[in-house]
Amino acid sequence: MITVFANPDRFMALSRYLTPILAAAAAALFAWGLPQALVTSPPDYQMGETVRIMYVHVPAAWWALGLYAAMGMASFVSLVWRHVLADVAARAMAPVGAVLAALCLITGSLWGRPTWGTWWEWDARLTSMLVLFITYIGYLALWAAIEDAQRAARLAAILCLVGLINLPIIRFSVDWWYTLHQPASVLRLGGSAIDPAMLSPLLIMAGAFACAAASITLLGMRSLIHRRQALAAELRLARSAP
Amino acid sequence: MRKRNQRLIVIAVALGLLSLAAGLTLFGLRGNVQYFQSPSEIDAKARAGQMVRLGGLVEAGSIARDDAGALIFSVTDGAASKSVRYEGDPPDLFREGQGVVAIGRYQPGAVFEADQILARHDETYMPREAKEALERSGLWKGPQS
Repeated sequence: MITVFANPDRFMALSRYLTPILAAAAAALFAWGLPQALVTSPPDYQMGETVRIMYVHVPAAWWALGLYAAMGMASFVSLVWRHVLADVAARAMAPVGAVLAALCLITGSLWGRPTWGTWWEWDARLTSMLVLFITYIGYLALWAAIEDAQRAARLAAILCLVGLINLPIIRFSVDWWYTLHQPASVLRLGGSAIDPAMLSPLLIMAGAFACAAASITLLGMRSLIHRRQALAAELRLARSAP
Repeated sequence: MRKRNQRLIVIAVALGLLSLAAGLTLFGLRGNVQYFQSPSEIDAKARAGQMVRLGGLVEAGSIARDDAGALIFSVTDGAASKSVRYEGDPPDLFREGQGVVAIGRYQPGAVFEADQILARHDETYMPREAKEALERSGLWKGPQS
């Protein structure tokens, strides 16, 4: 099954259509979810209107973690089976995940000020999320620092796998330790603690973020593959020249 | 094929060892990663003059102002409670039954003098009407506002 998807030609043929379809789906979901999230959904009984930050903060956090998990899988495939497409996938996901992690940290800070009374505290959840952002940046820096693509791919994949350890720490930090951040609201034992009137716009926004992230990732993969093809063609030309 | 299996084993073993190392590190750090200490444990854990964060719920009926106008309230974890004094205005979410973290220098026995008060909020999100409906039906278990 892996070999079917690992064929770059087949990937290019498929992603050519999938990329704009996902982009259109993201646009439709944002058009549906944003008015609900920012205007028509009810204010929270405690926080009031500030709760609207959640509709950006939570999807950004979910997919910053989700993309990193996907990068971990791609890195694993790359290390064991040495598939170029796995390297390309992991490399293309990294900037998207980094932006989402940054968005999560920034919106969290803006939300923390009016609710908790502080922009930043070194509690386990906030700190582990910052570590995820730094890991993304480190991963991208490693790719940029090593010229040989194969070597860069291998080292970046190892760094990515090491960073995977952080994902359960982020997820369970609020359960393992006393933190300023509250425990999980949606994925928790006993069901969601968010009122349905707030949960449905949140899930629509999460869907919109997912489609947008997937579309941008595919776009990034396509451009990385084009670049590899251009480099290969250049090499061939240089070799065939007298 | 053989080489691929070899790589698979090496990576699996490396990840296993790494998880073990991370697990042991976290286990060793467990006391230090706590963002705050509860009223039950603070007297045993904190030294005089040490900067600490005291966390718990604002005890119902404990909020008052003293003669100097400073805020007085108790932080409780259900088992023990501790008096806190704070000069200044607390954050908007500060209220009875709500999570709170008081930051200041620990002095044994005495009232905890906080330099900063942070409010926590729980994982429940709902519109005001839903909360009022729960209160009317007597099912409300959250903080009073």
